[in-house]
Amino acid sequence: MPLITCKNLCLGYEGVTVARDISFSIEKGDYYSIVGRNGSGKSTLMRALLRLKSPDSGEVIYSDDLKQDDIGYLAQQTPVQKDFPASVGEVVLSGCVKRGGLLPFYTAEDRKKADAKMELLGISGLKNKCFRELSGGQQQRALLARALCAAGKILFLDEPVTGLDPVVTTEFFELINNMHKQGMTIVMVSHDIHCAVKYSGKILHMDGGILFNGTAEEYKNSETGAVYIGGHRHD
Amino acid sequence: MIEYIQVMFSYTFILRALVVGVLVSLCASLLGVSLVLKRYSMIGDGLSHVGFGAIALATALNFAPMKFTVPVVVIAAVLLLRVSESSKIKGDSAIAMISTGALAVGILAASMTTGMNTDINSYLFGSILAMTKEDVVLSGTLSAIVIVLFLVFYNRIFAVTFDETFAAATGTRVRAYNMLIAVLTSITVVLGMRMMGALLISSLIIFPSLTAMRVCKRFKSVIFMSAVVSVLCFIAGLIISYFASTPTGATVVVINIGIYIIFALISRLLTRKI
Repeated sequence: MPLITCKNLCLGYEGVTVARDISFSIEKGDYYSIVGRNGSGKSTLMRALLRLKSPDSGEVIYSDDLKQDDIGYLAQQTPVQKDFPASVGEVVLSGCVKRGGLLPFYTAEDRKKADAKMELLGISGLKNKCFRELSGGQQQRALLARALCAAGKILFLDEPVTGLDPVVTTEFFELINNMHKQGMTIVMVSHDIHCAVKYSGKILHMDGGILFNGTAEEYKNSETGAVYIGGHRHD
Repeated sequence: MIEYIQVMFSYTFILRALVVGVLVSLCASLLGVSLVLKRYSMIGDGLSHVGFGAIALATALNFAPMKFTVPVVVIAAVLLLRVSESSKIKGDSAIAMISTGALAVGILAASMTTGMNTDINSYLFGSILAMTKEDVVLSGTLSAIVIVLFLVFYNRIFAVTFDETFAAATGTRVRAYNMLIAVLTSITVVLGMRMMGALLISSLIIFPSLTAMRVCKRFKSVIFMSAVVSVLCFIAGLIISYFASTPTGATVVVINIGIYIIFALISRLLTRKI
């Protein structure tokens, strides 16, 4: 059974439909990139997948062994975070908050996990630094470490490389790629179509609905893909 | 000097004011950090106006002031949050509407019964004489509850303050915790209102946390520093107002402003060095 299945999903805000008739499924081990122009309903779809938004019609079905505790999420940064007085360690550890659990404090295991994720992303040295004093790339790594603390099986990323320079962007995609190789299911909304095609296994192209759904290879050869990737093909 | 202070604290009303003030300052400073970071500072201000309206009504109708005001302000807090969430009326306008509306109702109620005398003054700007023995007991109990709940839910309050969307996506009941913060704030506001004054109480929520954020870089140290600053400013304000015969609430606020400026200068100097 797929981890997540969407059936005839219709999504909208206050009566205005932004995307209709979305049916697709995310299998264990997939690396899905959701692409499309601004306002095509990509982020809305992701919010629905994350249960942050209820669909107007249709349904999202979760496999029995996918609990909300298994989901990690790297959201777009909010203005609140830009000047937030917290250390990187505190931010990463907050990914371990026991959802629904009764224990009010972090366990030694949580702390170990947070340390391991920071180590993995090469930000152990920043543990006691203030989040607001980091560079954009470092902040994004800290938030990814937090998402990994929460993610057991699936990681959602909403435009994770917006505002990062090309070098950091490539590093970031490599990191995600490594996570995927280690068995993490990845679902990413991205504007970086070239990296999406290069790294991800499957592409979902949205424009008020699904324009294309298939492997990255098929996408490159499809009409939709050819137009969207345009003449700037890198490799 | 010490003898003078000893004499000062031999007065029962000063002791009561000290106990209630320290507890309220502590609660306000803890909650303040989260409120300021969530851009909810105005909720504290709005709630204090609602508190004024409620207390004036309670007096007019001969209800027990605290027992009437606490539930009214808690309900107002729930309403304010609801309205801010549904973006039909913008959050800040909603707060302005509710707070000025409550202020007007309060002034009407008070003028009908007492004819705009000193009572209004003490509601708006606070009175150190307002604390009865029951108030002290009630304040003690309620602030203990606020502090315990804050500590128990500290990690979740951090998660919800830092990133509501992430918290919601990973299964934290964000609305429940927002509600918890708002309800605890409303209790704190009502407790502190009569001593600090309806127009001044929200400064206890805002100043200490902003002061702490000037120099502290970890959430935990911001919370701790905010609590220390808040309590010390209150005690200093109480002592100075006693000797200088100034209104306590206003004195505490002015000291908070002074400390904020000092901290802002320190943070300037520190960043310049680096």
